[in-house]
Parts: sequence; C-alpha cells; structure tokens
Amino acid sequence: MDVRFTTAGDTAFNVEFGEGIDRPTNARVMALHARLKSAAPPGLVETVPTFRSLQVVYDPIATSRREVQAAVEAELAHADEAPAAGALWRLPVCYDPDLGPDLVELSASLGLSAERLIALHGSTEYFVYMLGFMPGFAYMGDLPAELEKPRRSEPRVRVPAGSVATAGRLTTVYPWESPGGWHLIGRCPVPLYDGSRPSPVLLAAGDRVRFEAVDRARFDALSAEAAAGRFDPDTLRATP
Amino acid sequence: MIAPSLAPCLTVVRPGLFATIQDLGRFGHQELGMPVAGALDPIGLRLANALVGNPAGTAGVEIALLGPALKVEADGVRVAVVGPMALSLEREGQSPQPLESHRSHTLARGDVLKLGAVTGAAVAYLAVAGGFALEPFLGSLSTYVRAGIGPLGGKPLGDGTRLPLNRNDAPPGADVELPEPPDYGGGPVRVVLGPQEDRFTAAAVDTFLSAGYRVGKDADRMGLRLDGPTLAHTGSADIPSDGLVTGSIQVPGNGQPILLLNDHQTAGGYAKIATVISADLPRVGRLSPGGALSFRAVTVEEAEAIRRRQEQTIAAWVRAIRPVRPAGGVDLEALYTENLVSGVVDIVNGNGDILNQEQMCGRAP
Repeated sequence: MDVRFTTAGDTAFNVEFGEGIDRPTNARVMALHARLKSAAPPGLVETVPTFRSLQVVYDPIATSRREVQAAVEAELAHADEAPAAGALWRLPVCYDPDLGPDLVELSASLGLSAERLIALHGSTEYFVYMLGFMPGFAYMGDLPAELEKPRRSEPRVRVPAGSVATAGRLTTVYPWESPGGWHLIGRCPVPLYDGSRPSPVLLAAGDRVRFEAVDRARFDALSAEAAAGRFDPDTLRATP
Repeated sequence: MIAPSLAPCLTVVRPGLFATIQDLGRFGHQELGMPVAGALDPIGLRLANALVGNPAGTAGVEIALLGPALKVEADGVRVAVVGPMALSLEREGQSPQPLESHRSHTLARGDVLKLGAVTGAAVAYLAVAGGFALEPFLGSLSTYVRAGIGPLGGKPLGDGTRLPLNRNDAPPGADVELPEPPDYGGGPVRVVLGPQEDRFTAAAVDTFLSAGYRVGKDADRMGLRLDGPTLAHTGSADIPSDGLVTGSIQVPGNGQPILLLNDHQTAGGYAKIATVISADLPRVGRLSPGGALSFRAVTVEEAEAIRRRQEQTIAAWVRAIRPVRPAGGVDLEALYTENLVSGVVDIVNGNGDILNQEQMCGRAP
C-alpha cells in the first residue's frame, strides 16, 4: 500500500497513510509507531502518532533523514499486522445541563431529545485516534452519525476541565481548563491528567473508551474523591 | 538534613517580568500531547552552561523582557549570563557595580545579582554552576507555563521563589569568559518547504520566499504571528491534525503565517508551508515583536550539513573559553584563539554574511 513521506525540516518527517480519519488508516499509523518504538534506530528521538500520519523526530547530529527513512521503510515492510488492542476504559459522565451547557441546544439542533443524545453518546465504544492540543487531550471516534455537528462557530474562551464534548464525528474529555470550540454535553469527574501519577496522562492513542452515565450525586462524590487524591484511576479499567 | 532556610539557594527578591526554568526540552512524550518546551535559544543556554562548567543540557533560567533580582544564599556560587541583558551586583558595604555578560562571576553569600532589561533579543540565559536541585518531570526541567508543567509548579519565577542549588555537582574553577558573544548569523531564515507546501498556490510559495515579514505583537513562547503578505491556499487551510515541530510555519485560513516556537502544541490542523531549519531556530527564538525576517529555501541535506557545521562552531566557541583576562596587558594566547574562532565563523557563514550580526547578537556597541 502506498505511503507518502512529507518533510518537516531537518529534525522530522511524516509518514502519511491516507487523507481521512478512519480506523484502518490509523491502525497502520499505530503499527508503525509500535515497531519503531521497539526497533529504536540510532538517532530516533520519538514518533508522534496522529490521525493518518506518523511524525518521526530525529536528531540530525546523530543521524540523517536518509538513514532514518531507510529504517522506517524497513519497518514498513513488516508493519501490516494489526497493533495490539489498547486498554478499555469506562469513564463516568454526568450529563447534567449545568455541567454540559450545550446539551439542550445541541440535541435540539440535531432534532433529538436530550435523553436520546445521551443514550447515543453512551452507546458506542470509542477509539482514541491520537492525543494533542493539550497534554492528555484525546481525539476519540467515531461518534454516531446522528450526533455529527461541526465545532461551534464561536469558541469558548474557557471550557472547564473534565468537560465531555463533541465536534464532527469526534468526542473528547477536556483534561484542562482551556479555550475550546467543541459542544459541551457533560462532565467527567475523574482527572484525565494528573501530574502526580507516574504516568500522568490516563488515555493513550489506541485505547478504547466507553462513557457511563452517572447522576449528579455520584458525580459529586467522585469529584470529591478525586480532589482529595483518593481516586484510583485503575478502577476505570474495564476487565477484559 | 539541612533546614530549608539554610539550604543553598538563590532567592528571588524581585521577580522580573517573565523568567522560567528551561533545559533543552522535554522530548519523548509528544504522543501524550506533551509539548517539548525548552530554551528558545539553545545556543545561549548551552554557552551559559559551558561558562560555569555544566553539561550543555543543564537547566538554567530563561529571561524575557526584564530579569529578576536574586539573593545568593550559599558560598561561592559561580553564575554566567549569555544574551543581551544588563546585570549588576549589589554587595554588602559596596556601591552597586555593573557586571559583564558572556563570562562567569563567582558570587558571595549575601550578594544580590540584579538582572536588568533584555534588549535586542527576546531572551537571555542565566546558568549556575551545578544547576538547580529541582525535581525533573518526565525527564526534563523545562517549564510549560500554559499547563503549569515543570519545576516551581510550572510557573515563572515569582517574588520569594527559592531556587535550590545542586552544590555537589558544581565544578570548581576560576572565572572564565567567552572571547566574544556568539554570532547567530544573518540573512534570510532558512527553511525546508513542506510538509504541506502543495496546499498553497505557486504564487503563495513565491511570495513566502521573497517577501519581508515582521513579527507581530502576538509573540510568545508558543509562536510568532508574522505580519506581511497573506498566503493563499489552493483549497481549505484545514488538514487532519498532524505533527508539529518547533519551526513549523502554519498558515490558517486568513493566510497570515504563524511561526511555531518551543511551547507549540504537539499537533495542529492548519496546512504548514515550510519549516525553519534547526540551525536557525536559535535565531528565530530570539526574535521580538517588530523584528524583521525573510525566508530562503534549502534542501533537507543542506539543512543537515548547515546544522553539523554549526555544531562544530559551537564546539569551537566552547573550546575558546579562557580564564578572565587580567586588566591591562596584551594576551597573545587570547588573540590567537580569537583569530582561530573568527576563522571558524567564516566557514560557517560561508559568505562572511554578517549583515545582521549586531542586531542578532544584540551586542552593545
């Protein structure tokens, strides 16, 4: 299958597997990411998976584009097998209009009841395509087609941390308070980023996520546990 | 255990405007969305470290706009500043005296090192022998202020901040100096076109490589918005988000390019017309609002060769570091070393193009 190499200066290049955001394309990105991680050719700094391409970062003092690209091409010859399935997480969400201020407007604009929107959002196992924007910000898909809606035309200056949001066919949980243009439909009470954990970012590219609705009382209890540092994120791991 | 109040440290007695702890960046975690951050001018940090005998990647203080005043609460602390910043020393019972940059100074307990305005470049660096006794996060002491990541709570130096010193690793030695401030070169900033130059019209690529741009007022550690001719896309400016590097030049739908610096996001959804070569990142990292720049395209192979030559030059600058010259008298050895270094600089610039040397160095005339 064709791949395209594009150049990002003398410290990086991209291996592009396609143009679109889809699982088969992303699986090839993740497979090459995994293979290069274990092959660790000399001078490779890191690889950064995105929707349809892998960014390969190298040290031009230790190696060269020619050498690193040759190493990548050698791995590509073997990178057809599917990458290992990532962890499955069950993330609690409180779909309360106070916590998801776009819930009512978004469901109305999609011609759905809020209840139907919530049911649809919780009906799917999502796949983490990539992380970006902020540490721990996971781009997850695919949202059911009935929920597809482009980003807000007026982004918010301040989106609270934990906000569960949608845009296009993607969904996310904002790990930090930040600006944002996605539709806010609820709030997750457990932190997706915690600098005190050995691995501060909860979700990795390739992981899978199911959202589970919780009521406001449960949301408040989990928020309090998390704020007190008593919440163990491993309890969110679904047993296989 | 030493009581905290007695632990060797530098204490901030006036915070300055924007000083952060930075090393050469937090690589290896971009797959988590973790920005690299790190020194905007890695040459400046590396030379400051060389002056105090530290490994090149030891974390120092990156100072923008106006530096802090630091009280020395340890004995015999060797420090060095590289970059266009005024500094002075206040010592008990003495009148304040100006200190030179581009050399080391050994400070005594109770001294107050006053770091002044940074003029002629965006940043200057302070290195301390042995570095700071701060806890690295994900292998780095770089500060990413936007998300509060890094030492000191991921914040800039504040009033009363204590910078604990790593005294065990402080190499002993007499004070030394660089024969001259580093030459960052001049002329157009060199870029490699891509990764998405095919998303732009041929006219836009021509314009980008021939027009003059200025750094706009929106300029910070994340990037520089460039004022100048707009660049037309052949279609949409939006792409499926892909990886970014320091030096990526992305062009949103309004056609105004943005040159991304060290605090850039790990991925972005705007087409990128070109990427600044790694050898020119220290130059662009030193640009401030109003700074002029233009671009010239080179190949990846040329960029790699330029970077390797630059590393040889930096190594020669480090080798040329010499004991501080006694006042008066001619130092033949130093003259010889200066000539040697100048020779290497000529090799690097190739054409002796030092057009903007004064502006780029920000050196006082």
